[in-house]
Amino acid sequence: MSELNKLTVSEARELLRKKQITSQEITKACLAEIESASVLNAFVCSTADIALDRAKAADKRIEKGDAPSMCGIPIGIKDLFCTKGITTQAASRILQGFKPEYESTVTQNLQDDGVVMLGKLNMDEFAMGSSNENSCYGNVINPWRCRHDARLLTPGGSSGGSAAAVSASLCLAAIGTDTGGSIRQPASFTGITGIKPTYGRCSRWGIVAFASSLDQAGPMTKSVRDAAIMLESMCGHDPKDSTSHDLPVPNFESALTNDIRGKTVGIPIEYRTEGMPEEIEEQWARGRQILKDNGAKIKDISLPHTKYALPVYYVIAPAEASSNLSRYDGVRYGYRAVLNEMDGISEMYEKTRAEGFGAEVKRRVMIGTYVLSAGFYDAYYNQARRVRSLIKKDFFDVFDQGVDAILTPTTPSAAFEIGQMSTVDPVQMYLNDIFTVTVNLAGLPGISVPIGTNSQGLPLGLQLIGHPWEEGALLNFAYVLEQEAGFSGQPTKWW
Amino acid sequence: MTVEISTVAKVAKLSRIKVDDETLPELARDFNAILGFIEQLREVDVTKIEPMVSVSPMTLKIRDDSVNDGDKQRQILVNAPDTREGFFAVPKVVE
Repeated sequence: MSELNKLTVSEARELLRKKQITSQEITKACLAEIESASVLNAFVCSTADIALDRAKAADKRIEKGDAPSMCGIPIGIKDLFCTKGITTQAASRILQGFKPEYESTVTQNLQDDGVVMLGKLNMDEFAMGSSNENSCYGNVINPWRCRHDARLLTPGGSSGGSAAAVSASLCLAAIGTDTGGSIRQPASFTGITGIKPTYGRCSRWGIVAFASSLDQAGPMTKSVRDAAIMLESMCGHDPKDSTSHDLPVPNFESALTNDIRGKTVGIPIEYRTEGMPEEIEEQWARGRQILKDNGAKIKDISLPHTKYALPVYYVIAPAEASSNLSRYDGVRYGYRAVLNEMDGISEMYEKTRAEGFGAEVKRRVMIGTYVLSAGFYDAYYNQARRVRSLIKKDFFDVFDQGVDAILTPTTPSAAFEIGQMSTVDPVQMYLNDIFTVTVNLAGLPGISVPIGTNSQGLPLGLQLIGHPWEEGALLNFAYVLEQEAGFSGQPTKWW
Repeated sequence: MTVEISTVAKVAKLSRIKVDDETLPELARDFNAILGFIEQLREVDVTKIEPMVSVSPMTLKIRDDSVNDGDKQRQILVNAPDTREGFFAVPKVVE
């Protein structure tokens, strides 16, 4: 069988169970693809030996008939997840050479189910960015290009390596993390599916922290069914993360019934922004029509505090980051600057952090320090936390009016060119997350599903937002969209 | 409100990040763009609204008050840039 790397998780599961292929065969196919796709710069480290060992073990398990859905599936892991004995750098120089002595709960859960780790994936440094251009490993390249145009595009960020790797079929699926849109925006830019579950669904233990009240892990996959299968394997209560909820893990896959009759889908008027390309508007209308044709009621809704979501985010996320990133001091792990004989401990901290952090990380740490400093704490940080309460209330008000899910575009544009944002002020880049960031602030689940392509042939995604802890119902809405949208997108191989 | 270069230098110091004098003006520009953007939060009426503490309502779990981890000196030190006799080593601290 050729091109095993192009299989979806559910197709591979079927073939593995029927013993028509082995995990070792799929794993080898993926490793060969990774090798030939180095120009995309998606994988920063390949763990071929570990992958083949785990594939062999998975094949034995499948042989015995004791195989969970994810058993034997080769995936890629964002560099933000601690993986025991394997370099984990969060794409930052400051974690140079760091090899964790422990495994993150999410990757452990996957490993327990027999998942095969192919290697670590590139990302924006400490998950800060929307284009994967802030990485100590260099830019990730989007496998998609405009028609008749060889210019290189960004895959979005911060989970840009995960998105590019899945889109280019270097792995069957990948894990990402999402603090303000870092799973959904790159999924949209690369024509794949990505879900950020409810805050507290996946354990954050062993994930390098960026903004702890917003960070969540989630799957990035080639289909909605794959997202359901993989999310179930990743999530679950973990005593090591006090914000992880003690709720049973539902069978998400069984929620994919294609039946959304009588459900209400809200269309928020505030998500129609100035200057949004008409093609995105059209795809959004198409999504509405698909859900309507499948028996859902469409309702115009208002989420009045939407315009304040990004400003709130750019207070809260940097504030939490400045606190979380204070641990990188050159003492316990990673990089330490070369010091002069006269340098004391303060010089060690200051030089280490100046040389170890990239520009965007420094900017956010300093903004965070500023908004938390005496005299500004109330005006910025507490004010942002109050407005955050209002943003969350907006969502719960419409849920109380009987809205089951909310449909929006995932991003205000398709993938943009590498370097395009380098000359503008940082706020322009932040606007990429305008539709996704509200979901993190409210702790809700959100999913991006590919809906079609624009006139240049680039993928566009729609976002669905659901009730807390109802990822199953949310995935089902996404499933309906996916089935009807008929997006069979794969980038034409040029690398 | 405009942030002065001296304020940025102070914030850099508080953040323990060394910033060269020649980079300060550029950083101040970025600061002002970002702070100008978040400034709009001031116009929101937040009367009687509490600052959010936890995004999903929950009570923290309490576990048994017993030792459940430890004896990990090797694992803790293994990634350190400099160690001596089982401790982290840092430059001399003179107060």
